[in-house]
Amino acid sequence: MVQDADDITRFRADIRAWLDANCPQEMRDGAVDEDSICWGGKNWNFTSEAQKTWLERCAAAGYTVPTWPKEYGGAGLNRDQEKIFYEELAHINARRPLQSFGIWMLGPALLHFGTDAQKLHFLPPIARGEIRWCQGYSEPGAGSDLASVQTRAEDKGDHWLVNGQKVWTSYADKADWIFALLRTDKDAPKHKGISFVLIDMESEGVSTRPIRLISGASPFCETFFDNVKVPKSYGAEIPAQVGEVNRGWDVAKYLLTHEREMISGSAMLAGSGRSLGAILSESGHLDDPILRADAMRAEIDELAFGLTLERYKDQSESGQGTGDASAMLKYVGTELNKARQELIMSGAGSDALEWDDGRAPLWLRSKANSIEGGTSEVMLSILSRRVLGLPG
Amino acid sequence: MLADAARGFLDEATPVARLRALRDAGQTHDPALWQEMALMGWAGVLVPEAAGGADMGFAAANVLAEEMGKSLSASPFLSTAVIAATALRQVSDARATEAMRAIAEGGRTYALAIDEGAKHDPEATTLRAERVGNGFRLTGEKRFVVDGGFVDRLLVLARTDDGLTLFDIPADRAGIARDAQPMIDSRDAARIRFSGVEATGEDVLGQVDDAMTVLAPALRAGQAALAAEMTGLAAGAFGLTLGYLKERKQFGVLIGGFQALQHRAAHLWCDCEVTASAILHAGRMLDNDPANAALAVSLAKARASQTAQLAVQEGVQMHGGIGMTDAFDMGFYMKRARVGAEWLGDYGYHAGVVARLRGF
Repeated sequence: MVQDADDITRFRADIRAWLDANCPQEMRDGAVDEDSICWGGKNWNFTSEAQKTWLERCAAAGYTVPTWPKEYGGAGLNRDQEKIFYEELAHINARRPLQSFGIWMLGPALLHFGTDAQKLHFLPPIARGEIRWCQGYSEPGAGSDLASVQTRAEDKGDHWLVNGQKVWTSYADKADWIFALLRTDKDAPKHKGISFVLIDMESEGVSTRPIRLISGASPFCETFFDNVKVPKSYGAEIPAQVGEVNRGWDVAKYLLTHEREMISGSAMLAGSGRSLGAILSESGHLDDPILRADAMRAEIDELAFGLTLERYKDQSESGQGTGDASAMLKYVGTELNKARQELIMSGAGSDALEWDDGRAPLWLRSKANSIEGGTSEVMLSILSRRVLGLPG
Repeated sequence: MLADAARGFLDEATPVARLRALRDAGQTHDPALWQEMALMGWAGVLVPEAAGGADMGFAAANVLAEEMGKSLSASPFLSTAVIAATALRQVSDARATEAMRAIAEGGRTYALAIDEGAKHDPEATTLRAERVGNGFRLTGEKRFVVDGGFVDRLLVLARTDDGLTLFDIPADRAGIARDAQPMIDSRDAARIRFSGVEATGEDVLGQVDDAMTVLAPALRAGQAALAAEMTGLAAGAFGLTLGYLKERKQFGVLIGGFQALQHRAAHLWCDCEVTASAILHAGRMLDNDPANAALAVSLAKARASQTAQLAVQEGVQMHGGIGMTDAFDMGFYMKRARVGAEWLGDYGYHAGVVARLRGF
């Protein structure tokens, strides 16, 4: 994967020139807060003309999903090139043109398990930001024990009849489509009767209800399926399920690995990766020796974790699968982000206790990091059994 | 791979039992073992090929140190092959080349006489090198001189008129008195008194009043290799503990089946993985961008100190009573972890470096 230095220099220069010519000035403010994210989708209201232009230009060049193959809307970059692309993006403080569960999760699942026709049908609209996806995994009775999903999909010949309820569906009220784990064989052992099914949220019988969180925001919903008819196929060689029927657990497990890596990465991004020392210096309370010592410890752990994330990405790119070990990234990354948010709150004192200040919602939001995508305790159990080989 | 080759040799030649035997015999140095290591090129791992070394770089030196740490191999590898060799490399004269050749052959050992107080603090040096004619006279005392009890030569940090100066002198020169400091880790350390020790300009390594040009790279190399050793130590202690969790039964079941212990073991494994990244990074920075390696090295040393101490504490606790017995090896790991955490700067020292470089 390592290329010669000239190639790298040339590639970097090309990217830099492209960004210089194409990234609107307003998109170079480095904003990573919820309000400045572009999620895309049928009902997306661009917050500015610049946001729209930026998305369109990136999508045309394949840069919303730089490593996806070109025929699916990507730019076909390898890992080294992708790294350079994001370095250059950071260099001009550019926003990400598009973020979505389609990019992070469904895309990787389709690329790995999908049919060619499925990929061609579903991936390009994700890359262009035209279809916004949400994830239907958890249920009221299936949290950490995800394989206990009860939402039924009955075989009705040409379609599935879906009944049940999902919970913690991120942005279900704003999404166009959902990828959901459904029980397609109620008699099989619990891991063997699940399918990974793609459903249009406009289907009759689908409804959503936002859940208000402690942060005041409602990023999650309850999603209800009431006699929803889901066609078994969306065209030739385009089945509604990803992978085989009743083998959805394989897809879910694969995706959970991706989700863990994504959460670990984004957890670090939550503070925009800046030095805690710099952040706390600004709030002016770093002269408190206790806070200072705690912040120094956190800084050391964050730096070492950042290097670990990099090392695991390199390993996974070079074909040495990190597999279950990604549970480590999820566990450590999210716990570190929680600690970081606590320190930022301590540093800011009562300034951060006002809702309008904006720091409290981030702090509260971070508490979910070690729950969503598998709790810290589930991660530790996975590691102890599958990596350490302890009895379980 | 280097690690596998090293592991093969070390498992055979220096299991923890060899350190135990050395201790029981009242010794702190194993000259035969150092000769074997020299034959394999380890003494010259950082010595240029022109001076008879293997010149494998800092990342490779870290790999060796890490493997040595796993089985607590006692040797002057850090003080001689890493610290002294790196200091000598900064000086390109015939004497330094000769000294490096002697190191690579295993014929000359070095210790770094730097600290005077209980904490690592080179800038606080008070040992005086007074100008006398064309030469110097050294007066003062150094403590915690690791390997200082048996080595052939000493690198001595001394205060001169306008700064600090590093001297390279024979350990048996007139006026030098070495007292053993029997350390908890059963390794060698000495308190060394300098009573008007004569030195010439020839004995100065680098320039007068400018020790750090030579010493700073050597300290960084030593700190990184020590961090690597402690990461190996953590892995060694963790290996013992994990093995025990899989064989010890209580209440009729393997204790490794208890979730309370599983989660602690998994947490420790995560801690080891994160620290391993910092060690790899430090080696890469020392090899590729040594002028900017300070942050990476201090990060590695801070993390490794913390991880090694967690590993040995969990090791004793999870072993229960047997972990407290001298007959069992865990105590050796615990004591070495404590000494390694202190040597060349403890967690607080290196956290301070990181903080300074990160805008605190």
